[in-house]
Amino acid sequence: MTAKNVRQIVLDIIADIAPDESVDSIDDSKSLREQLDLDSMDFLDIVMELRKRHKVEVPQEDYPKLATLESCVAYLSPKFA
Amino acid sequence: MNYDAIVIGAGMSGLAAGIRLAMFDKKVVVLEKHSIPGGLNSYYQRKNRQFDVGLHALTNFIKKGEKGKPFSKLLKQLRLSYDDFKLHPQTFSKIQFPETTLKFSNEFELLETEVREKFPQDFENFLRLVEKVKDFNELSLDIGYSSSREVLKKNLNDELLIEMILCPLLIYGSAWEEDMDFAQFVIMFKSLYFEGFSRPEGGVRTILSLLMKKFEDAGGEIRFRTPVQEILVENNEVVGIRTDKEELRAKIVLSSMGYPETVKATPALAEKISPRSGHMTFLESIFVFDKKLPEQSTITFYNNASTYSYRRAQNFFDPTSAVVCYPDNYEGIQEGEGTVRITYMANYPQWKELSREAYLGMKTKVGESALDLIKKLNPTFNGELLFQDIFSPTTIEKYTWHQNGTVYGSTDKTRDGKTPVKNLFIIGTDQGFLGIVGSILSGISMANLHGLMQSGDA
Repeated sequence: MTAKNVRQIVLDIIADIAPDESVDSIDDSKSLREQLDLDSMDFLDIVMELRKRHKVEVPQEDYPKLATLESCVAYLSPKFA
Repeated sequence: MNYDAIVIGAGMSGLAAGIRLAMFDKKVVVLEKHSIPGGLNSYYQRKNRQFDVGLHALTNFIKKGEKGKPFSKLLKQLRLSYDDFKLHPQTFSKIQFPETTLKFSNEFELLETEVREKFPQDFENFLRLVEKVKDFNELSLDIGYSSSREVLKKNLNDELLIEMILCPLLIYGSAWEEDMDFAQFVIMFKSLYFEGFSRPEGGVRTILSLLMKKFEDAGGEIRFRTPVQEILVENNEVVGIRTDKEELRAKIVLSSMGYPETVKATPALAEKISPRSGHMTFLESIFVFDKKLPEQSTITFYNNASTYSYRRAQNFFDPTSAVVCYPDNYEGIQEGEGTVRITYMANYPQWKELSREAYLGMKTKVGESALDLIKKLNPTFNGELLFQDIFSPTTIEKYTWHQNGTVYGSTDKTRDGKTPVKNLFIIGTDQGFLGIVGSILSGISMANLHGLMQSGDA
């Protein structure tokens, strides 16, 4: 799966769990939490949706690796390979 | 039968926890003793009129689209839409003491203006207190106890202002008498004064049917008339529960029965701890008249003394203070009959001891006292009384199975939901969040913490 696909998977999940947020203008290198109204509960949902939809596991100690879109793609891509 | 999770109680916290777990494909069953959902926030019908048991007002009001607030977290976590709740905001509410009255509404400026006018010498101090409340992180799970009265005395000079600010916050959620933990104070201050009140169209039924539908759509199972007789523990780890008919096994059990009630149902826990039952219980009187009352406020926090005494009533009930709710005084409610609800603090042990006859006599006395108060607050009102109903601390006990008929639960809370038994967790009032929004968030956060985050292998 390409980086672009992985990026889109994460964006789709964010759009579903935070329907009021606009995901079009996200800066990939900046913290998601700062750009969107996401809290730790929302990050849990991103993790839970990755498991539910794509059978991808993110252990708790790796949650910080989902901080930016860039880091999400870097961390998740091998898991989708 | 084997489940990932058993949730005890189909109240606000139990349904919310059930939704979160079912949403992420956990096999979950909610067991409810009563024949309908709601727990402390249930509903009933008399003579073709629909009533809510507990709901006066939904706290934590937000406008559509507001972010980062408890209510917006709830919407996101349960994937519900703001419009589903059909919220009608309050007109305004007031705190009425003999010396003066303070009004507040869903716009915090009203309370600020009122304090500036009525307590000018303390206004700057009040603003500093407000800043302190804003900056306080009340959701941190590891803050120690500090007395709200002490904090208020350090910040404000006028004793009357302190009493008036505390009055609604205590009676809308404190399990403790006379005082509350400052972290709870902050939660309540934000919920009531910063955010405010609203009422869903259709009352508590609207919220419950949203939660029920969400839970069932997510694949959750719910059983009514299913009392849990024992929570089963092996080697200090929960393994399931026993009803009067069968045993159900599960990896985790989330109990919204209350902390002392959960301990009572779990012999392995009763050996270790004995959380106290609270003292605070109430009497609720409901009156329906043939027309609306002149009073415009949604809720009047009434106190007929300079100090506010929040404690178990000395003599069956305490008519010195009352919460007076006018459920028709929300924006956008059509004219019709006029309903008033009056809440008094009560004394459970005394009510429990009454003979049937004495019990009915005491209820009549409560009704007369409440009607007098309605007349005092609405001197020109001449409406005809169509219906009245009163429920007592023993009624509350009968339908909620809370020891002492408590409404705000135990004075021993478990903020992280943990008990000395592994995988047995407390949710709802005794986990320490308050009100309907608080209970729902309790169910959500405990399900997240103990049911979703810890169970990658489940």
